[in-house]
Amino acid sequence: MIQLNNIQRSFQVGEQQIHALQAINLSIETGEYLSIMGPSGSGKSTLLNILALLDLPSAGEYWLNNQNTTQLSDTQLAKMRLEHIGFVFQSFHLIPRLTAAENIEMPMILAGIAKKERRQRVKQALESVNLLQRATHKPEQLSGGQMQRIAIARAMIMRPQIILADEPTGNLDSQSGQDIIQLLETVNQQKVTLIIITHDPSISRRAQRSIQLIDGKITHAL
Amino acid sequence: MRFNDVVHQANSSISTHPLRVCLIILAMSIGISSVTVLTALGDSARRYIMHEFEALGTHLLIILPGRTETTGGQPPLFGATPRDLTLADANALANLSTIVAIAPITIGAAPVSVRGLERESTVIGSTAALQKVRHLSLAQGNFLPKQALSKKERPVCIIGQTIQHQLFAQQNPIGQWLRISNRRYRVIGVLASEGQSIGVDFDNMVIIPVQAAQSLFNTQGLFRILIETNSQKGMQQASEHIKAIIRERHAGEEDITLITQDSVVSTFDDILSTLTLTVTSIASISLIVSGILIMNVMWVSVNQRTAEIGLLNALGATRRQITALFLMESAILSLIGAGVGIILGYIILLLIQQHYPEFPLTLPLWAVGLALIVALSTALIFSIFPATKAARLNPITALHKR
Repeated sequence: MIQLNNIQRSFQVGEQQIHALQAINLSIETGEYLSIMGPSGSGKSTLLNILALLDLPSAGEYWLNNQNTTQLSDTQLAKMRLEHIGFVFQSFHLIPRLTAAENIEMPMILAGIAKKERRQRVKQALESVNLLQRATHKPEQLSGGQMQRIAIARAMIMRPQIILADEPTGNLDSQSGQDIIQLLETVNQQKVTLIIITHDPSISRRAQRSIQLIDGKITHAL
Repeated sequence: MRFNDVVHQANSSISTHPLRVCLIILAMSIGISSVTVLTALGDSARRYIMHEFEALGTHLLIILPGRTETTGGQPPLFGATPRDLTLADANALANLSTIVAIAPITIGAAPVSVRGLERESTVIGSTAALQKVRHLSLAQGNFLPKQALSKKERPVCIIGQTIQHQLFAQQNPIGQWLRISNRRYRVIGVLASEGQSIGVDFDNMVIIPVQAAQSLFNTQGLFRILIETNSQKGMQQASEHIKAIIRERHAGEEDITLITQDSVVSTFDDILSTLTLTVTSIASISLIVSGILIMNVMWVSVNQRTAEIGLLNALGATRRQITALFLMESAILSLIGAGVGIILGYIILLLIQQHYPEFPLTLPLWAVGLALIVALSTALIFSIFPATKAARLNPITALHKR
């Protein structure tokens, strides 16, 4: 379902050309559980941004659902992100002025789904992350683990095929982190492709497949 | 994204910064209220003066003795001319088919007295036609009797309200004698209160037959002749005929000036409309100021919410959706501001009205609509820049900004 062919990404920093990604070839099947490991500066985030359609490769092709995404317009890319990709961030990225329920609702608002259906789906999503009683709380009233569960509920609300998690446990204590990983794995069991970026080997080890990125190259694939 | 949701989202982000919102609304409402108040004042002044002119009569032609040459200078309100405009001239014009009524006018000031009570008053000499031409109404009695200009006139007069109150306090003036200079006139009518009408105070006035006035002021010349024509088209025709007749009678000299009611009215209309527009434009500078304020506030808002914009991008918002969200915010702010401004404007106009109750103040509906449109477009124009900046933010850098 995801096919990266000879992806390259370089940036111009001053007069220097930096090759963040060099000749990445990767294919990921539907429902797979993949972890991407690597030290900082290895190109993990760049790879994630490209996978998330937030960034375009300098060269190479990215096929998502048999569609060459490198040829799509901004609006088409936005639509693909909306329908196919769910995001989980290290720093949660909940909108502070909105309640937990409203944060989960946001992607459906962008998609133009009717209010009645939105309310129903938000309720189900809150139940699935065990936070129904926190629906009207603002992010500042929630703990880190709770915020990340809301973020996962938001990522899942459009029923995407891929969940991209960028250091999802990076800002959490080990117990909450454990809960979050379990929650993400439950999602994965529903045939949703899960891609976790981490530098924690214990998390990486739980994935079916783990790839190691160093200096913009895949050095080690299990 | 649905329209309702755009409004709702914009509302929710507006309500997180109440102070900022109040400032924008304040600025916007000051701008809008000054524009509405000044438009109302200008437009009401225009309408007031138009109304005054229309009260003078319709299809009115005014003949002044003497002629203005195109050398500039004042029109000859009291033009000096070698040849007077006489009653005989007026008589000659009276036969024109396009003329409905013709009122020759002689004017002067004379002492008016009743049994030892005396005051100075304006005395107008005219004919029965004056009532029709100037749309005068009577409170009591009758106007001057209709009669041919050549016949001998009866010594009668019509008095204004002020004269009645001052000289005939507590008594019915009809049938009483009034002394003007050293002649006596019987009062046959009292004018209804007209108030000031383009500088002519009919309340402080005595109207007597025209020949009596001519002999009273010892003149053959007329101050002017007022003519009511049958139609707009008749007015054109009549003025051609009048010029021809006068030329014939005055040995080939066309030594009169013709003023048409419409030309005066349309000139005043132009002047006052321009004035209103000018004053309103000056007031709209304050709208531009509030527009710049909105731009600043939106700019700050975009910068503060960079991370949120990045997130929306990542969630799949298109550039258009992000632009729409920010534009909606400023649209809501400006409409609230405009609403407050219009209410403020109404309050100010009410206060002015209480101080000057005789001046008819109205805020025209088009001005209210215009104020709303101007406020909205100012806000949108000034927010396009920040909103596009928001939409063009790089989602990756935006997401990592805290």
